[in-house]
Amino acid sequence: MLTYVVHRLLVMIPTLIAISLIIFIIIQLPPGDYFESYIAELQSQGESVDMAKIEFLRKEYGFDQPILVQYAHWALGMLQGDFGYSFEYRLPVSEVVGDRLYLTALISIITIIFTWIVSFPIGIYSAVRQYSWGDYTLSFLGFVGLATPNFLLALVLIYIANVFFGTSIGGLMEPQYIGKPWTLEKIGSVMEHIWIPVVVIGTSGTAGMIRRLRANLLDELEKQYVVTGRAKGLPPIKLLLKYPFRIALNFFFADIGTILPSIISGAAVVEIVLSLPTTGPMLLTALRSQDMYLAGSFLMFLAFLTVVGVLVSDLALAALDPRIRLQGGATR
Amino acid sequence: MSVAQGGADAGQARHYVSQEPFDPHSVEQLAPEQERYYMASQWQLMWWKLRRHRVAVFCGILLLFMYGSVLVSEILAPYQLHSRHTNYIYSPPQSVHLFHDGEFIGPFVYGWSYRLDMETLRRNYSEDRSTVHRLRFLCLGDKYDFWGVIPGRFHLVCPPEGATLFLLGTDRLGRDMLSRIIYGARISLTIGLIGITISFSLGLVIGGMAGYYGGRIDSVVQRVIEIFRSFPELPLWMALSAILPVTWSPILIYFGITAILGLLDWTGLARAVRSKLLSLREEDYCTAAMLMGARPRRIIARHLLPGFMSHLIASATLSIPTMILGETALSFLGLGLRPPITSWGVLLNEAQNINVVALYPWLMLPVVPVIVLILAFNFFGDGLRDAADPYR
Repeated sequence: MLTYVVHRLLVMIPTLIAISLIIFIIIQLPPGDYFESYIAELQSQGESVDMAKIEFLRKEYGFDQPILVQYAHWALGMLQGDFGYSFEYRLPVSEVVGDRLYLTALISIITIIFTWIVSFPIGIYSAVRQYSWGDYTLSFLGFVGLATPNFLLALVLIYIANVFFGTSIGGLMEPQYIGKPWTLEKIGSVMEHIWIPVVVIGTSGTAGMIRRLRANLLDELEKQYVVTGRAKGLPPIKLLLKYPFRIALNFFFADIGTILPSIISGAAVVEIVLSLPTTGPMLLTALRSQDMYLAGSFLMFLAFLTVVGVLVSDLALAALDPRIRLQGGATR
Repeated sequence: MSVAQGGADAGQARHYVSQEPFDPHSVEQLAPEQERYYMASQWQLMWWKLRRHRVAVFCGILLLFMYGSVLVSEILAPYQLHSRHTNYIYSPPQSVHLFHDGEFIGPFVYGWSYRLDMETLRRNYSEDRSTVHRLRFLCLGDKYDFWGVIPGRFHLVCPPEGATLFLLGTDRLGRDMLSRIIYGARISLTIGLIGITISFSLGLVIGGMAGYYGGRIDSVVQRVIEIFRSFPELPLWMALSAILPVTWSPILIYFGITAILGLLDWTGLARAVRSKLLSLREEDYCTAAMLMGARPRRIIARHLLPGFMSHLIASATLSIPTMILGETALSFLGLGLRPPITSWGVLLNEAQNINVVALYPWLMLPVVPVIVLILAFNFFGDGLRDAADPYR
């Protein structure tokens, strides 16, 4: 097991380095740097430009150095918790970001748990009762859920909530809690609001997982040991729970790796539609104003979340399935 | 029968040898249907199998209609894309009636006007039940340039003289939503096709190389795919489309966005091609081609790819919706296409605001064709994939 964990961690490092390189290239792609457009903007407004300060910032963030040094500066800084400087906000990125990172992580984790809770019973039901009316209905709903883009779903949900319940479902907590320290009431308020984005983000992932779980379990149910068990008179429930179910459980953890990127990118858009105080909306504003360091850090963070999530799911899978940890190879 | 029995009764069977030339095929001949089946090409088999899949056929026809409408958007739309009706801003959908005072008239609309609610400053539209305006069909209406070249005025249906026809309401500039949705289809539908062409060729070339050569190239490609896959897709698209220069013209932006969507989508296809080629290149016919001195390009393209092309096309069909959705999401967020280029995502951009959704819900209507299109592509692609699988 230990070798597997070490191996898996080592594989993660080059992946993260490659991702950070790609993101850095994206940051650098727009012509000119932020200061040029900043100076131009100030001059067009007829304000004086404090060249000394700008020169200082340029030095501080290594804009005068070759591109590789800049990259090293950025990447090493991130390792130490220094995510660069947001020119838009005149603050270090880590201060701008604040709670948002945790909220995004929280929403993603809750969404995964929601996905599990919903898709597990449904997947098992539609596999065991294959071709029943329930199976058809659920499969069709799953198809629709899979096909409907979740930001559109969010829009429709806003409309429905507005028309039928008269509530506004934007935001993640009651306005009076914003900017306040975390208390029990605040947590309660967040919990009241969080289910909407969770449902919206989770829909497509849930639908996909139900379909795959059903297919996997169906394969398993056709195998001979199930027939043998049935022939020997095992009660159906016990027969289901004792073997096929356990094997489907493995797949359950493995599948998180598949749906996590889509959950995180779905989350980014849904958060924008619902205007949640999380990373998505801020990523959008950062991209719009070409505040590239802020945007880059967000991208890096989202990618990091994905990679770590996949890692966790792989490790959980290895803990469950001896075949994987004994071979010691990466599964994906 | 009776003759033979008669012979047996007589106690002797007459010896008889036919001098006619014997054609064995006359005995083992396949029934015409059987022959048709055994001699059919792979594509024909696929077509027969697909035809039995009702839902897939229905969705395929639906898609054909949608893509067909793209060719004649100008004629189908009652108004031109940009024609503004400043007296009819934020008009809700108008209804078409058939009967007036219990008398059949044919499709017509009542007069349509608004009163300004001085308290909320909302325009309250109402029908004027006394005036009847019949719709005109196959008529001359708004001027347009067909495909931007040929000027014309012919429409399938036009608003009545002196009245309006806003079947799906109007937006903040008084532009007809239905017409805009019909025009928007042109952009939204083609983005998927162009994007898939890019990602399809990339997937074939890269996956083909990885699968055919194996070894080091293969492991490099595998790593690259892994890295691409561990990116959350949409944020990456957002970042890339945000860096398209502001100075570009809308049409350049259109191609830029399509290229971005296509350039990041090839990984799934490349994987499929690779794993298939890895097993196929060990086949005898491949070795034979190699011994005859065929170059890798020819072996891949002429001998290996055709074997599972149908399957690839089916999976490509399934990834078109991803691109259409990608564009819709990007434009919806304001990072994608820019007006005057109009796609469904650009239209939805106006419905981003919660207030708009509450006051003018018809601005959300472009959601409907998006969802229908995505569902149609999914069902059709599923049916195609089943049909392309010869072993089931």
